Amino acid sequence: MSKEVLDRLVEQFPDEIVHTHAEHGDETAVVRRDRLVELMRFLRDDDVTSFELLSDLTGVDYFGKKEPRFEVVYHLYSVTRNHRLRIKVEVDEDDPVVPSIMELWRSVYWMEREAWDLYGIRFEGHPDLRRVLLYEQFEGHPLRKDYDMEDRQPLIPPREGKRHL
Amino acid sequence: MTTESLLGNEATLTTVDAAEGFFRKLLNRNGGVQNAVNWGRKWSLFQYPFVTACCGMEYMATAGPRYDHARFGTELPRFSPRQADLLMVVGTITHKQAPILRNIYEQMADPKWVISFGVCASSGGFYRNYATVQGIDTIIPVDVYIPGCPPRPEAVIDALMMLQDKIQKERSPLLPVTNEKAP
Repeated sequence: MSKEVLDRLVEQFPDEIVHTHAEHGDETAVVRRDRLVELMRFLRDDDVTSFELLSDLTGVDYFGKKEPRFEVVYHLYSVTRNHRLRIKVEVDEDDPVVPSIMELWRSVYWMEREAWDLYGIRFEGHPDLRRVLLYEQFEGHPLRKDYDMEDRQPLIPPREGKRHL
Repeated sequence: MTTESLLGNEATLTTVDAAEGFFRKLLNRNGGVQNAVNWGRKWSLFQYPFVTACCGMEYMATAGPRYDHARFGTELPRFSPRQADLLMVVGTITHKQAPILRNIYEQMADPKWVISFGVCASSGGFYRNYATVQGIDTIIPVDVYIPGCPPRPEAVIDALMMLQDKIQKERSPLLPVTNEKAP
């Protein structure tokens, strides 16, 4: 599996890795955000790792369970070597900023906008960080666990005698 | 014999005499001209399918040759709401789409009817969250609701027949209502 990939990453960036673990053959590295772009560029361009494809980028909210509260998760796949790696970046609630990796994989254009839309994590360096799924008038970030479940933000008022549930 | 079944059964007329007799009967019943107008309307519903979700597949199944809702006069889907008189809202409506749906409804010319196709359009279905409108009747009036996730084609045809019954019973203040015998 991709154990040697993980080893190579730790060897190259020993100070950037918070910890690593593997479950069911899925290797994961939790990294610091400061040199994220550099680290990702290494993973993409190095001959051993050669992750050409970023298959997914998502956010996670561990509200009340873990500090720091947010995580950004990157799923990498190497088409030439057929191995995968998961990179996680922990994000603090007071400073929810992660460097954008638009310059490495153009495919994160909508994914970073989606994470901003639903979790409120900002991506420094993204060319056009707007909401992508919700409408501009929407306030707040609905996938945050402290977003009120019954909160509705309709664009048009209900018909007479009706109400938005 | 009830008005509805009489008008339904004689929908296929073969001779001019039979047609003339049929329309004389229509005009002689309570409601007069209105009966004939309603009969024409209910067998020529031009629909505008507002398809947003998976219910669209079931809508296509109903429109296909096996179930064929063209048998009920809803032959042609129109691609402009201005040419349609039946709005079929097929699928989940989000708050982002709500203004669009209301615009479409308002662009349709009277007389117009609305069918809410599937539980998402009818009540929000299992989507009770920040994004989904909890039933399109909070935005536009609805004539017939079809339950199901998605509904069976039989349920859709049942709804079309219910709508036809409803149209046959309509009374417009603009048309003369007489009980006089036609000449």
